[in-house]
Amino acid sequence: MTQQILFYFFAGVLVASALAVITLKNSVHAALSLVLTFFTAASIWILMEAEFLGLVLIVVYVGAVMVLFLFVVMMLDIKPESMREGFIRFLPVGVIVAVVMLVEMLSLIGLKSLHAVPLPENPAIAAGGNTAWLGKALFTQFLLPFEIAALILTVALIAAVTLTLRKRSGVRTQKPSQQVLVQREDRLRVVKMASEGPTTGPTNGDGA
Amino acid sequence: MISLAHFIVLGTILFCISVAGIFLNRKNVIVLLMAIELMLLAVNMNFVAFSRYLGDPAGQVFVFFILTVAAAESAIGLAILVVLFRNRATINVAEIDSMKG
Repeated sequence: MTQQILFYFFAGVLVASALAVITLKNSVHAALSLVLTFFTAASIWILMEAEFLGLVLIVVYVGAVMVLFLFVVMMLDIKPESMREGFIRFLPVGVIVAVVMLVEMLSLIGLKSLHAVPLPENPAIAAGGNTAWLGKALFTQFLLPFEIAALILTVALIAAVTLTLRKRSGVRTQKPSQQVLVQREDRLRVVKMASEGPTTGPTNGDGA
Repeated sequence: MISLAHFIVLGTILFCISVAGIFLNRKNVIVLLMAIELMLLAVNMNFVAFSRYLGDPAGQVFVFFILTVAAAESAIGLAILVVLFRNRATINVAEIDSMKG
């Protein structure tokens, strides 16, 4: 019973914050609502006894991806008014498409038959918890996809850096790689010349 | 008792909200990216629910990989966005038409 109350509470918050994401005028507010959406979804997953993924969702999405979103939103200078053109014009179309899609999907999945079956016993409890259960599958059956995922993350890291890196012209910076490569011959020149006799008259100071 | 239907319906509602979001915010690339993240969340919700229902870890492992790819996608997407804003000084989708496609 408690579970059911919690589920309906989380589901209400989830739908409300998702609606806020797509309707709020300010992009920063939309990003903050998305944080709430992800957090509530993580709570629902934990309620569903998928604890590891719930925590991963909080760490990866709330902790990393949404901070990146907020960072970009605040860095770019966006005028909220110009971004709202067409909101009213496309509102009927968007709502109609979404409602029709919802009705179609709900009629397809057969709610009655799914509703009759409650969730079975969790097999993860026998395996020593959700994390152990998931880890056993991840590191045996799905080892190759796991390593490919690591490769994808590396490629994404390099791509993001190379995309945004730019050479600035007219900036004086140190070049350590060239500094350590310098040889004595590049900096020092030994000049052989005959010695001069005593000078007569005033010298300029920079002579000798 | 909570049944599988609860989670499936929740995922469906979330997916439809994000589809509506793509229709409504077709000027703002950042909100479009956020709507895509919401769609992925709705799909992940289904994966977790069915994994729990069938007692099969494959569904949750798949969610793990979707999270990985989505993180990579948003990192590259935002990097492209920053470069675009640097070159064009706008992120309005209607004004990004230099390729005249």
